[in-house]
Amino acid sequence: MELFVFGCAALMVLIGAVGVITRKHPVHAALSLVLTLFGVAVLFVIQQAHFLAAVQVIVYAGAIVVLFLFVIMLLGVDRVENLRTEPLTTQRPLAVIVSLGLIGVLVAAFATGSGVLQERGTGILIPDSTTGSDANTIQLAESIFSQYVVAFEVTSVLLVVAVVGTVLLARRTKDTVTENPK
Amino acid sequence: MIAISLAPTASWYLVLSAVLFGIGTFGVLVRRNPLVMFMCIELMLNAVNLSFVTLARQLNDINGQTIVFFVMVVAAAEVVVGLGIIVAIMRNRSSMTADDLVELKG
Repeated sequence: MELFVFGCAALMVLIGAVGVITRKHPVHAALSLVLTLFGVAVLFVIQQAHFLAAVQVIVYAGAIVVLFLFVIMLLGVDRVENLRTEPLTTQRPLAVIVSLGLIGVLVAAFATGSGVLQERGTGILIPDSTTGSDANTIQLAESIFSQYVVAFEVTSVLLVVAVVGTVLLARRTKDTVTENPK
Repeated sequence: MIAISLAPTASWYLVLSAVLFGIGTFGVLVRRNPLVMFMCIELMLNAVNLSFVTLARQLNDINGQTIVFFVMVVAAAEVVVGLGIIVAIMRNRSSMTADDLVELKG
């Protein structure tokens, strides 16, 4: 059963990822990205990371892709990239070599490191009838709000800085409008 | 024993995340639209998240899932700031490729 779900989710992930890098229209690439993100959410679910799967759907597929689509609409949807032109002639073969080499290095690292990895930590609770259906969420919350509470507070500062900086970046003051009338 | 347990092991997930990371790298290197390059960076972040969750299950340690939470927060902040920069640069241009930014050269 897990094999079947894994196969479907892996197919979703790979088809979406290939779609992101091959579709020339940015809207189509964003919609392919949604497919990949849902596939990753399914992979989170079958690995018992239920809370992260929900966050993945809400934050990534919900907020981030919608933000991408907003920006595409704001800048004009008809700007299609011509994928035939290749400004640097050796760029694509080199990119193929680099990415295949990266995949090879990562797989080799996983293969050599898998023997070294040993179980440690206090264990992940599997939600069932004894632990309750929300065991994963409770355990994750205990980890975040006790051991990593300082990091949690720092991320809140990061989000405030990001919001203020983006408002400052995207704001169009009256001076710049008169200076650049186009 | 009819039930053949062919459950995917952790290495299957790790290989999938490595392939996803490679596809994202290829996209960043090849695509010239800054928005699509950003989407490819999201692909790479998702590959890393997938391997974190897989290793959290394999090592039986909840901290792997905790760090995925923080990666998601940082990714959201990064997308907001990056799209703000892209909008600020590309607002008054007709074409939209990363090559158009050569005029930033001193």
